[in-house]
Amino acid sequence: MSWPALYAQLVGANRHSTSLGKIWLSVLFIFRVMVLMVAAETVWGDEQSDFVCNTLQPGCENVCYDQFFPVSHIRLWCLQLVFVAAPTLLVSMYVAYRNHGDKKKLLQISSRTGFLSSKSPEEELEALKRRRLPITGPLWWTYFISVVAKLLIEVGFMYALYVVYDGFQMPRLVQCDQWPCPNLVDCFISRPTEKTIFTVFMATASSICMVLNGAELAYLVTKAITR
Amino acid sequence: TPLAPPAETDLESKMNWGTFYAVISGVNRHSTGIGRIWLSVIFIFRILVLVVAAESVWGDEKSAFICNTQQPGCNSVCYDQFFPISHIRLWALQVILVSTPALLVAMHVAHRRHIDKKILKRMGRGSPKELENVKNQKFQITGALWWTYMISIIFRLLFEVAFLYIFYLIYPGFKMVRLVKCDSYPCPNTVDCFVSRPTEKTIFTVFMLAASGVCVLLNLAEVAYLIGRACRRYFAGSENESNPAWISQRMSSYRQNEINQLIADHSLKSKFGVAKKAPTEREDRCSAF
Repeated sequence: MSWPALYAQLVGANRHSTSLGKIWLSVLFIFRVMVLMVAAETVWGDEQSDFVCNTLQPGCENVCYDQFFPVSHIRLWCLQLVFVAAPTLLVSMYVAYRNHGDKKKLLQISSRTGFLSSKSPEEELEALKRRRLPITGPLWWTYFISVVAKLLIEVGFMYALYVVYDGFQMPRLVQCDQWPCPNLVDCFISRPTEKTIFTVFMATASSICMVLNGAELAYLVTKAITR
Repeated sequence: TPLAPPAETDLESKMNWGTFYAVISGVNRHSTGIGRIWLSVIFIFRILVLVVAAESVWGDEKSAFICNTQQPGCNSVCYDQFFPISHIRLWALQVILVSTPALLVAMHVAHRRHIDKKILKRMGRGSPKELENVKNQKFQITGALWWTYMISIIFRLLFEVAFLYIFYLIYPGFKMVRLVKCDSYPCPNTVDCFVSRPTEKTIFTVFMLAASGVCVLLNLAEVAYLIGRACRRYFAGSENESNPAWISQRMSSYRQNEINQLIADHSLKSKFGVAKKAPTEREDRCSAF
């Protein structure tokens, strides 16, 4: 997964965020993506190969693993991060659309009036590309919707994780009696304590991001009301 | 093949630490000298050693953890009992959390630059060159920035010490034992379990603990240095007049620059404005009355 490429995209959209949005992006990349890549993936690396059931019956381990782990934590977190980063791209798309419209207008004006303005057209285009739009009007609405979407996606994924795995704790032992297991067999999960620690860590980081999104919504609404 | 995935994740993890390095070393410009040494120690003696050496030592920690029994599941359970969290993961989390307070300083500097740009625009000097100057300006560590910096160092110290304490709680002693005895279910009785590469792990544990200790000492030295500098500035500054807030200082210096610019422009115009001699003569004549 090419996280640096995603980072490059999001940092570009960062220019039009509020300060809380910038803090949110740093928390996302340092405490969630970095920790996921550097630490969590090695912890879950051997989750299926080291899932051992107390039986020699072939196929029993596969079936029991599939029953207790319909989707791995790592995949859920990767999907969560990708979906949470997507609404920011909505804001970049809107800004690009605005810039495109403004560029067309500028070219029309400069072709009609000639070079009467003090700056050359190239300079004006550069200034247009590098300017920072104030968060008002349609941009405010786009930004607001993107933050609301981020919040809903975070809540949705946290709830999904909680429901699929019955809480954030990873048990050491699960009992399984799916066919072809001969009877109720004990199956042992690898590194349950380490997995619990990382699940709690990622859930905490997710909550911090949710709090930041909530604060950003309050800030946007306050700014709009005072205007 | 079993060999392919580890090489991929190794490259990816190096790439991620590289991105992390790029983000953190941006703060370097606004650090003191000791702060830069601290950053180098973190990257060379901790992150680089972690990625290049320690991860391969701990790579087979679970697959080569062998208990003297054929009971399925006994290996997993005993491993989980004696290694609730691996050393490698603890060190990676420690390095990440210890480096993050430096970003507080970066945020403060960015905030100040933003305000500087606003002031410039309000005074009507928002040309791209001026804005570039603001971007490349180096701030002195005084006033609010001193406090932000101090708080970030204190957080670094706290995280470092907290992780050392957690390490001591989980693994009392830095020596990795060769043999552990385990009797959790489903092990049939007390079985011997053997840890892989205990001596190499002990060596790396000692190394990483020593690097942590060096970082703690550097942070303490930096705290002392900052306090010393602030005291010196306070005692030297109390002899001069009191310093106004940096914003009003900045605005008055800009106004002075504007006045200087106006004078320079005026003197240039009077040198080259041959056609303008008549109006000035008329003005002189007028002012004579």
